Amino acid sequence: MSRLAARFAELKAQKTKNGGHKTALIPYVMTGDPSPEITLPLMHAMVAAGADIIELGAPFSDPMADGPVIQAAAERSLEHNTSLHDVFSVVTEFRKTDDKTPIVMMGYLNPIEVMGYQSFAQQASACGIDGVITVDMPPVEAGEYVPALRAKELDPIFLLAPTSTEERIKKLADVASGFVYYVSLKGVTGAATLDVSSVEEKVAQIRQYIDLPIGVGFGIGDAESAAKVAGCSDAVVVGSAIVKKMTLNDGKTEPERSIIIKEISDILSAMRGAMDDV
Amino acid sequence: MTQLIDKSVKQKPASVDYSAMPDERGHFGVYGGIFASETLMQALDELRDVYEKVKTDKEFQKQFDTDLAQYVGRPSPLYFAERLTQQVGGAQIYLKREDLNHTGAHKINNTIGQGLLAKMMGKKRIIAETGAGQHGVASATVAARFGMECVVYMGAEDIVRQAPNVYRMKLLGAKVVSVESGSKTLKDALNEAMRDWVTNVDDTFYIIGTVAGPHPYPAMVRDFQTIIGREAKTQMQEQCGCLPDALVACIGGGSNAIGLFHPFLKDESVAMYGVEGGGLGVDTGKHAAPLCAGSPGVLHGNRTYLMEDENGQIIETHSVSAGLDYPGVGPEHSWLKDIGRVKYVAATDDEALHAFHTLTQVEGIIPALESSHAVAYGMKLAATMTPEERIIINLSGRGDKDINTIAKIEGIQL
Repeated sequence: MSRLAARFAELKAQKTKNGGHKTALIPYVMTGDPSPEITLPLMHAMVAAGADIIELGAPFSDPMADGPVIQAAAERSLEHNTSLHDVFSVVTEFRKTDDKTPIVMMGYLNPIEVMGYQSFAQQASACGIDGVITVDMPPVEAGEYVPALRAKELDPIFLLAPTSTEERIKKLADVASGFVYYVSLKGVTGAATLDVSSVEEKVAQIRQYIDLPIGVGFGIGDAESAAKVAGCSDAVVVGSAIVKKMTLNDGKTEPERSIIIKEISDILSAMRGAMDDV
Repeated sequence: MTQLIDKSVKQKPASVDYSAMPDERGHFGVYGGIFASETLMQALDELRDVYEKVKTDKEFQKQFDTDLAQYVGRPSPLYFAERLTQQVGGAQIYLKREDLNHTGAHKINNTIGQGLLAKMMGKKRIIAETGAGQHGVASATVAARFGMECVVYMGAEDIVRQAPNVYRMKLLGAKVVSVESGSKTLKDALNEAMRDWVTNVDDTFYIIGTVAGPHPYPAMVRDFQTIIGREAKTQMQEQCGCLPDALVACIGGGSNAIGLFHPFLKDESVAMYGVEGGGLGVDTGKHAAPLCAGSPGVLHGNRTYLMEDENGQIIETHSVSAGLDYPGVGPEHSWLKDIGRVKYVAATDDEALHAFHTLTQVEGIIPALESSHAVAYGMKLAATMTPEERIIINLSGRGDKDINTIAKIEGIQL
């Protein structure tokens, strides 16, 4: 069983306060933001604070689907010339002491395209990445991409949106694995408004056709919204709200990094608590 | 006995069915496609379906033709540049005068088409990205004419170097949003427009200004721009009774070039040259010439040649001309390069500036800095040809918008 499947099975077996099953908490951080040294200790700290899966960003110069917070994170990361190789290195290090927590890489297609799908899949799998979200790779273009990932037991994780039609949802069932990422609103990452009832409705529609865990992201910024979304999904993704903390300092020294790590851990602990109370 | 095949000879152009491109999912060979985020997929599908319908809809085409004639002022003249021809001393040089269109460039051909589509689809709000500002002005123009709200995204750097166009857009009632991210030029404006579209996809029509973006934009924008080549073909026939021997056009995203080239692609005797922004020189790395010096990748919804580093990050481009300052290019050009039908070359900033002055002084026509790149290469090319041969240079826009840039380069305070 893959790390992702094992983790979702484990959570399903655990009960929340009101008898539902536990929902995965998935924090997103950008590799190398704000400094190359922070990513590894931050990943371990997030697990300690209650993260079940880590979404690790690979920076791209032109992040069209992201709002200003994640855009700025990519720019900071690229100041250190962070590449896919750096993402692989930090995951290799992480795996030395944590072989359980699934890691999903999230990024844009071009760096993967330039590396070559097969070479990418080979290296991503070897370092211990479990799934890959490529924002600008829709199923219709994924004819060579999906088999390349599958061959190395990587889950291709696709996104669905409020605008996804029934037909598109059905088609996704053929290619997706790991989990499905539902983009909770029309907009970019970090947008403000989240309409929980429409999320509930759409998640229910997706479940009719796709038998995979459903994660919800975009627009979830605090414990309250995390708890609400946890009530109707299998995973809650939080990105911009914690990436904002990367601007507290430039993460060059140990004390600076500790400040950022503590702030992010506090946010995640609060979310974890609220989600488990649902 | 054994037939030797010269592998260096590319596929014979005449065997290619150019009108069959792109395929139904927007592919030109391996290029093009739909690499967009899920939120936009439904809107792109809808746009593709509506566009497929209007392509053969007589009413729509009639409205489009009427607007081009009565509002844009088409056909634009094909002008024999006699003094320039004499000065260069080679092939006869003809200029396709897109600079004489309403709003001063070829961009209006496309915004008229997409504006009509937006109206037909009941959209109340138009967004656009712009580099030199010509597409922004052309979009603001149709928005004013149709009574729609218009937001134009423009890189902060371009806002400075194309100040007259910024003011024109504002006069036309558009909101111009300064984009401060990345290199603060055209590519970043495109990113920001995409973000707007994702957020406001229900009521907003995104008018992309060039033959790039996800399908159906490259095919749709091309189709609206082929009026340039269709007219030029007829005009050359009327004036000289023949086809031209060569076509020359500048390439940023490549919409004016594909507009001129496309109707001639199957005419084997017509050579074609796409001129990219050579900046300080293609060998300096400071340029905007992905077809000359880039490699294939995926950006802004399609696979195409890009200026990128070894990690797949997009690199900053340089060109004196804001309209050419773009790290990608329309996917059809990438395909035409690979099959060898069109030759892609570059003109440097200096060559373009020299051509700008030459055309202004010899013919009394002030060309846009973008078009000056085509003029620069066209002059060079003509000099290598015989006086019996004819070339058409696409004068894609007028240079009024560039006088501040030119004055600054020459150290003149206006």
